[in-house]
Amino acid sequence: MLPIETYGDYETAWCPGCGNHNILKALKQALAALDLPPHKLALFSGIGQAAKSPHYLNCNFFNGLHGRSLPPAQGAKLANPELAVIVESGDGCSYGEGGNHFLAAVRRNLDITCLVHDNQIYGLTKGQASPTTGQGHATKAQPFGAPSEAFNPVAVAVAMRASFVARGFSGDTEHLSELIMAGVRHKGFALIDILQPCVTFNHVNTFGWYRERCVKLADGYDRTDWRAAMDKAAEFGETIPIGVIYENDRPTFESRLPTVGPGALAERVPDMDRMAEILLSYA
Amino acid sequence: MSDPSITVVIGGEAGQGLVTVGEFLSKALIRAGYEIVVSQDYMSRIRGGHNLFIIRVSPEQALAPREGIDLLVALDAATIALHRGELTGRGLVVADESYDFAGAPGIKVPFATLCPRPIFENIAALGVLARLLCLEPGWLTDLIEENFARKGGEVVGQNLSVFKAAQAFAEGANPGFACLAPPKIRGKRLMLDGAAAVALGGLAAGVDFCSFYPMTPSTGVALTLIAHAREMGVVVEQAEDEIAAFNMALGASYAGATAMVATAGGGFALMCEGVSLAGMTETPIVAVVGQRPGPATGLPTRTEQGDLNLVLYAGHGEFPRAVFAPGAPEQCFHLTRRAVDQAERHQSPVFVLIDQYLADGYRAVEPFDLRGLPETARPGREGPADYRRYAPDDSGVSPRLIPGFGPYLVCVDSDEHTPDGHITEDGGVRTAMVDKRQRKLRGLTAEALAPDYSGDPEPEVLLVCWGSTLGAASEAAEILRGQGKKAACLHFPQVYPLVPESFAAHFKRAGEVVMVEGNATGQFAELILAKTGIRIAKRILRYDGRPFTAKYILDRLDAGQAGETHAAD
Repeated sequence: MLPIETYGDYETAWCPGCGNHNILKALKQALAALDLPPHKLALFSGIGQAAKSPHYLNCNFFNGLHGRSLPPAQGAKLANPELAVIVESGDGCSYGEGGNHFLAAVRRNLDITCLVHDNQIYGLTKGQASPTTGQGHATKAQPFGAPSEAFNPVAVAVAMRASFVARGFSGDTEHLSELIMAGVRHKGFALIDILQPCVTFNHVNTFGWYRERCVKLADGYDRTDWRAAMDKAAEFGETIPIGVIYENDRPTFESRLPTVGPGALAERVPDMDRMAEILLSYA
Repeated sequence: MSDPSITVVIGGEAGQGLVTVGEFLSKALIRAGYEIVVSQDYMSRIRGGHNLFIIRVSPEQALAPREGIDLLVALDAATIALHRGELTGRGLVVADESYDFAGAPGIKVPFATLCPRPIFENIAALGVLARLLCLEPGWLTDLIEENFARKGGEVVGQNLSVFKAAQAFAEGANPGFACLAPPKIRGKRLMLDGAAAVALGGLAAGVDFCSFYPMTPSTGVALTLIAHAREMGVVVEQAEDEIAAFNMALGASYAGATAMVATAGGGFALMCEGVSLAGMTETPIVAVVGQRPGPATGLPTRTEQGDLNLVLYAGHGEFPRAVFAPGAPEQCFHLTRRAVDQAERHQSPVFVLIDQYLADGYRAVEPFDLRGLPETARPGREGPADYRRYAPDDSGVSPRLIPGFGPYLVCVDSDEHTPDGHITEDGGVRTAMVDKRQRKLRGLTAEALAPDYSGDPEPEVLLVCWGSTLGAASEAAEILRGQGKKAACLHFPQVYPLVPESFAAHFKRAGEVVMVEGNATGQFAELILAKTGIRIAKRILRYDGRPFTAKYILDRLDAGQAGETHAAD
């Protein structure tokens, strides 16, 4: 266990009361408990309030473009499988702009952890509907109520048999920290959708709204039962189950592509004798 | 000067194996010591349609395709009808005896008699062609043995006997087609198209990561990397889209891979956001862009040089870059290698602009001397704990470390950032960072390649070109010299950054300067005007999707058709 100070203490650009503060705290706790030194860890994010997280954590990071947190994270993991890779972004970035990347990442199943700060609204652009905003939820941009149905990332991930799917709540830091630890330890793509209030722009899904609904999965819950997991994943109303909804042990992408690892690509020296033979095969 | 070359055109529907015939014949001709120029003319479909594999073969130097058909191998009846009119004075049709030759001279081949099964027709066609060209049959029988060996001795034997029967038939049926003159070259040469040469150049430079989304004409680059992935330890991933491909490659490069992407103009349009990210994060990357006629889907399987402007200005915001434009497969190898080195050395996106004609065009290439090549730059893996990724430097290039190898941290950000990689909105830091990034252009400019000049030092006509137009423009200049005119050719293997001092004097010494490029608006002529103030008024442009030939250029010089483009004014 590393001291929590290892990961630094920074002034943030987040509103007081924003769920992001607790998510950062839970992440630091998890990293400390996992004994992950900052230089062995690389955080990847897109753009949005959640995507600023890397700036508030002492570690390697690649703060990329909106919607594009997952592709560079996967590229880096392929280039160096020994790097611990965590992706952190919001619901708009991960499920809207980056929707296709999300689906592809679930299919690939690289050994990375994807934390999605899901506040069901666009915060940085000041309050438009996000893919997870509830249908009917009125915003400045959707004054007649969001006309589209909400995207349920957990249900989609389970339907695709993602290898680790969890839902957390920023109001329960200890529980969230355990979920993050489990996600990082899991060998494969781990999605943790984290419900959090946006105190400034989401006046529907407030801290109280989530607190009333979020219920931890029962002790006897079998996370390997796919059909039961589909039912749990679809539950998003009067009660919202939190915890590890689904897990399987399907092989990672790295283990299926023979040219990935061991070690980093940077450590490989191109074999010029072999190269000369390859050239002659074109004669 | 008489042209000793012969143009063989193999035509048919997609799926008939005409590429197999073309590739066998091309390789045999190269092994025998001939020069070849292959152009592939195909439609965007998997079966049917009308496709051509065109080989211009010569015992002398041959640089570009040439109009006219000397041997038209028609695998379907439509090929005869469509191309009969292009036969030269000595031209012959080679086709099944059942087809209507419509009066064209030729050899009616009894494929049904020569072949035990239709699958052997391609080998029979090769037998007839070898005989007409007077190609030593051993070059083809060796290839047949190499290629069919894994299918067993019986298959090899059947193919060899069909080949021999076809040779014997052609011996008697030949109406007197004049042989190819004997070749002069001895020694091993490679058969490479531009796409493979780009990939091999990348491998020789240490490229070990490629993410791509399939798109003609650049798919061959990724496929060549995949073919050698295991031997060379290369990670290649087919991404969900071009946006992902580019961003994935940036992540890999950040983590220490030597990364490359390959796409066409349309796919590159999707990558532009990522190009900007490469500029901001100063992450080295090489993007191979294979041009084809646009806008939109355009002519998806044909050639053009219409994406120069797209590549020059790709990505929002301002940041330096370099753009290479190889003229032939040999340059594809060397310039891609150079692009990898430049990208790392200057921590910038570097582009290799090719096109469909070059990507698919086989040529004979002297084997590369790998031992003579300098090592390419690599990022560091050792540094102090207080390392700052964007530390100020006079050159603009901050030392680049990769994460995971020491106590230091590598922090990169698409937002404007401080030297340690953290987000900032400070105006002073912003200005300093823009200046730092822009300073890299000095280094890129200092190392930019000068254009290649060939021909008379004080020419009446100077043909200026870039990229794959090299062959046709050089040949046109050579033909002019053969006619007693003073002519020269100036080829730009790198189109950005431009160094006016490296070429302006050539323009001054020339009587008439003519730009030859494969687009409708004279994009490179406009770039030269913008960067140097030199206006090249006379332009020979082509944008019908077909490659340049010397004749296309000379016809327009003679007719005085070269002129200002509509868009220029």
